Amino acid sequence: MLISLKWLRSLVSCDASPDEIAHRLTMAGLEVEAIEPFRFGLERVVVGSIQSIKQHPAVEHLQVCKVQGSGGSLDVVCGAPNVVEGQIVPLALDGACLADGAEISSAEIHGVFSQGMLCSEKELGLGEDASNIMVLDSNLSPGTPLAEALELEDDVLDIGITPNRADCLSLVGIAREVAALFGLPWSLPPINLKETGPAVETLTSVTIEDPDLCPRYAARVVQNVTIKTSPLWLRQRLEAQGIRAINNIVDVTNYVMLELGQPLHAFDYHRLDGNRIVVRRARPNETFVTLDGQKHQLQRNMLLICDASHCVALAGIMGGLDSVITPDTNTVLIESAHFQPTGTRRTAKTLGMSTESSYRFERRVDPEGVLTALDRAAQLMVELGDGELAAGYIDVYPVPFRQESIQLHGSRTNRFLGTDFTREEICKYLESIQLKVRTAKEDLLVVDPPSFRADLSREVDLMEEVARLAGYDRIPSASPMARLASAKPAQDQVIRQQTKELLAAHGFCEIISYSFISPQAVELLRLEEDDRRRRLLPLRNPLSEEQAVMRSSLVPGMLETAVRNQRQNNFNLRLVEISKVFFSRGDEELPEERFNLCGLLSGTRRPAGWNEPAQSVDFFDIKGALEALFQDLGVADIRWANTDLAPYLKPAAAARVLLADTCLGDLGEVHPRVLEDFDLKGPIYVFDIDFDLLMEKTVSLKKFKPLPRFPSVNRDLAIVVSGSVAAQDLLDYLEQHRPQYAESITIFDQYQGKQIEKDNTSLAFRLTYRSGERSLTDLEVNEIHTAFSQKVIAAFQAEIRS
Amino acid sequence: MKQEIDTLLQETIERLATIDNAKDVERLRLDVLGRKGTLSHLFKKLGESPAEERPVLGKILNETRVRLESAFEEAKSRTTSISAHLTALDISLPGRLPHLGHLHPITRVGMEIAEIFQRLGFEVVEGPDVELDYYNFEALNIPKDHPARDMQDTFYVTDNIVLRTHTSPIQVRVMEKQPPPVRIIAPGKAYRCDSDVTHTPMFHQVEGLMVDKDVSFGDLKGVLTVFVHQMFGADVDLRFRPSFFPFTEPSAEVDIQCVMCRGEGCRVCSETGWLEILGSGMVDPEVFKMVGYDPEEVTGYAFGMGIERIAMLKYGINDLRLFFDNDLRFLEQF
Repeated sequence: MLISLKWLRSLVSCDASPDEIAHRLTMAGLEVEAIEPFRFGLERVVVGSIQSIKQHPAVEHLQVCKVQGSGGSLDVVCGAPNVVEGQIVPLALDGACLADGAEISSAEIHGVFSQGMLCSEKELGLGEDASNIMVLDSNLSPGTPLAEALELEDDVLDIGITPNRADCLSLVGIAREVAALFGLPWSLPPINLKETGPAVETLTSVTIEDPDLCPRYAARVVQNVTIKTSPLWLRQRLEAQGIRAINNIVDVTNYVMLELGQPLHAFDYHRLDGNRIVVRRARPNETFVTLDGQKHQLQRNMLLICDASHCVALAGIMGGLDSVITPDTNTVLIESAHFQPTGTRRTAKTLGMSTESSYRFERRVDPEGVLTALDRAAQLMVELGDGELAAGYIDVYPVPFRQESIQLHGSRTNRFLGTDFTREEICKYLESIQLKVRTAKEDLLVVDPPSFRADLSREVDLMEEVARLAGYDRIPSASPMARLASAKPAQDQVIRQQTKELLAAHGFCEIISYSFISPQAVELLRLEEDDRRRRLLPLRNPLSEEQAVMRSSLVPGMLETAVRNQRQNNFNLRLVEISKVFFSRGDEELPEERFNLCGLLSGTRRPAGWNEPAQSVDFFDIKGALEALFQDLGVADIRWANTDLAPYLKPAAAARVLLADTCLGDLGEVHPRVLEDFDLKGPIYVFDIDFDLLMEKTVSLKKFKPLPRFPSVNRDLAIVVSGSVAAQDLLDYLEQHRPQYAESITIFDQYQGKQIEKDNTSLAFRLTYRSGERSLTDLEVNEIHTAFSQKVIAAFQAEIRS
Repeated sequence: MKQEIDTLLQETIERLATIDNAKDVERLRLDVLGRKGTLSHLFKKLGESPAEERPVLGKILNETRVRLESAFEEAKSRTTSISAHLTALDISLPGRLPHLGHLHPITRVGMEIAEIFQRLGFEVVEGPDVELDYYNFEALNIPKDHPARDMQDTFYVTDNIVLRTHTSPIQVRVMEKQPPPVRIIAPGKAYRCDSDVTHTPMFHQVEGLMVDKDVSFGDLKGVLTVFVHQMFGADVDLRFRPSFFPFTEPSAEVDIQCVMCRGEGCRVCSETGWLEILGSGMVDPEVFKMVGYDPEEVTGYAFGMGIERIAMLKYGINDLRLFFDNDLRFLEQF
């Protein structure tokens, strides 16, 4: 909220600097976000002194004035009839902006170069006179900024008011705080009412049909007002706080709202049917046109202000076009009411409206402040609109406001805050913000909060006030102390972290992409109709179609990331992400959330070097990355299958990862059609793993095996088999029939080509033999190995490769 | 014969001078001093020479052998010294690097935050990203139709299901499940439907909660002071400022001295010298009531911070959106 410092200082005579006031408010919980100078739009307008006047050489009614401004004298062409030498006038310099928005720049006017403009009141937004140049006090010194010379300059605080401090949405609210913080008195301007008109009861009446939504409604009537522009001082205050001046009556309602925080409404009395007010809820199918010209379809729970027949305002939100104050208005009915916060908020939200008034009612306006505001407005309308105030006021207040007393224990306050405030200090802080404090017992205070502080209802609320007014910096920081407890890190977090670190050690770069994707993504991945990744969770209010559903797969985000990097000419990608995916379980239930692990490889196996040719990654690089991970996590018994492959992968270079009979995920080369859809350059390899499943199988505690004491002996077995035999088939066989003493069996070569028969494959295995009890002799190893080789050859109809 | 010996010595020394690698030195040494080498040959010839010359020639031969041996020794050490390899290998050429992996800065900073609190005995817990309105708002004392809902732009899935707008619902879920004392931190993603230069629709938070008998506001100040000093350095000043969160009372924003200008005032801190880094406060009694804790029995504090914000300050990152663009030129800097 904007607060004019000038206005504020008129309520509390605080002569601290703007920075100091801002600092104290900020440290008391009213964060001053900015201090902006306000110059009434008169930037680059200065006081000028007319030194000489010459006739314009070409145009009869124009004159050329030499005007002394801030620097040397300037030539200014002027057509006004009232200029004379020696006059002090407003001089708009290059870059100045007039009230109508026109910007001043030096220009040639019929052959004479004019370096600025002399202005009328109207042109500066200071008054109505448009024909004459505004004549200023002759004591003003040339070059002074006009805003300063006319005392229109101001500093405006922009204060972020938190939702609990509705009482601070006004000058008075801030003045109260400043007074408490600086230990100063504050006061409202006195209200003097001249009630010269007839009794108000003879003019109007108010009926509240819904006291829940409108607990209080007060009104006054001012007759025979003259609608005109408000005086400069009032317009200055409104505009400094960002409210556009309209006419004296409307401006008064806004002025009092800013001053006291009570939103008001002024109705044209003669345009109210029956000249009376009825407060009721909307009827079925009722519509209403607000004064901004918008037509609204109303709902049953919306509170309306009506005359005898029609709606004339959305209660606490906005008035209607039909009863608005116009230049012809003669009699005004002033509304000062209390509308219930949640009702106002619901209506405003439903209609998509937010006004200065609704903003305050939603946060709660002081129900006991209704009459003060009503009187203040009446006084100003009489003064500024030359009106006659009807005698008395109407105040329908069916359920008067009651505030409960609060008990505050001094010892508990100190224990809660970690302080040692005395009872006197606590009382002093609470009384400084107008709380009534009574001492019941030694340690017990009974506190009556004022009606404008609805946020104070519990002991803890008062403790906060004490802490806030003392200043949080006066509360000593305690060294962290707590009962010892074993804070065991969550196992799955540790494994996720370990996985990230392992993959980073293998050269992967971790990415974090958005949890939402386009629903189109599942089409681009060509997922089957019954794929669970089609159980998307759509957002009701997404920012865009691209981010309309929660992702069921990390692959689209991964591919998008690759696209963005390829656009930066980065083709060597090793990316990984561990994040959640989401599967809908229907509208009523929270979705299933699972961590997935997705990786992507493309480009070269190693960074290009000066001494080795770049080698492109292939399927076995991505498979190797996963194998390394599985090994590190202690996940054994992984199988690789080439059935039921992921539809977004190229069938010739893809696999499914199986653990027992469970599918952990997919890996392989991305299908060229998918690459094309994403606008990617291939080849690109990805893996996509259900990390939660993997985690279940992870062995976190590794067991030590004693180091072997006896040497090992290696023997190779190179055989040629039919191409239809997969390496895994052979390995499985070798493992199953593992010969005595064989410690490990690995594949060290694979060959297909000219040296062997077409369609055949040569595979070479290395067997490492070792005994735990003694050194093996060559002879016995040879015997075992030869026998084993024969067995393998027979089983696979293989040949020994020579 | 003497002539032959002299020639051998002289030629060998001359040839050695032209050799710049240890291999050739060794080859020449074998030619000259080896078992079948020239010198050996000369020793054999000694037997054939006249007997009266033998003692003299023998002496010369022995001296020559000694001189040759030391010449070879010298050549060997010359060719195997470090400088000798300068010409052989240009060590100034770049090395053969593996691909270097990188953890995302959010992960790094999140880990760092978690570690600080784990050292203080806080346990790490997690909760769902897609949350019930009840946990995200109502149990945190933010009823429907309350203006505090305006503080957070919410993504809705249904009327009752939202993307969590903060990690605070985890507090409630933990307290519902276990009796006090509680000492947890909860990192995770949070979502708000807002996207501009200073907001991304997804971001990361760490939530903290401590509940026990007689936990005070002073304790909150203490633990967050330790955190700031460990995270940003022991010389970084911090201040607590009253604020409002529906689920804490009193509430405090924590500002740290601007890490860019050290409190002098700069563009990053809008000339104030201070940077807001986290929100905190004493758990509101209403929240305790919601989870069945007795506010007369226990008190507690809670705090929450944005990991992006901390990462930006720590690394001097000036654009929030970089975190989710995942441009390698960005990621490779961490």
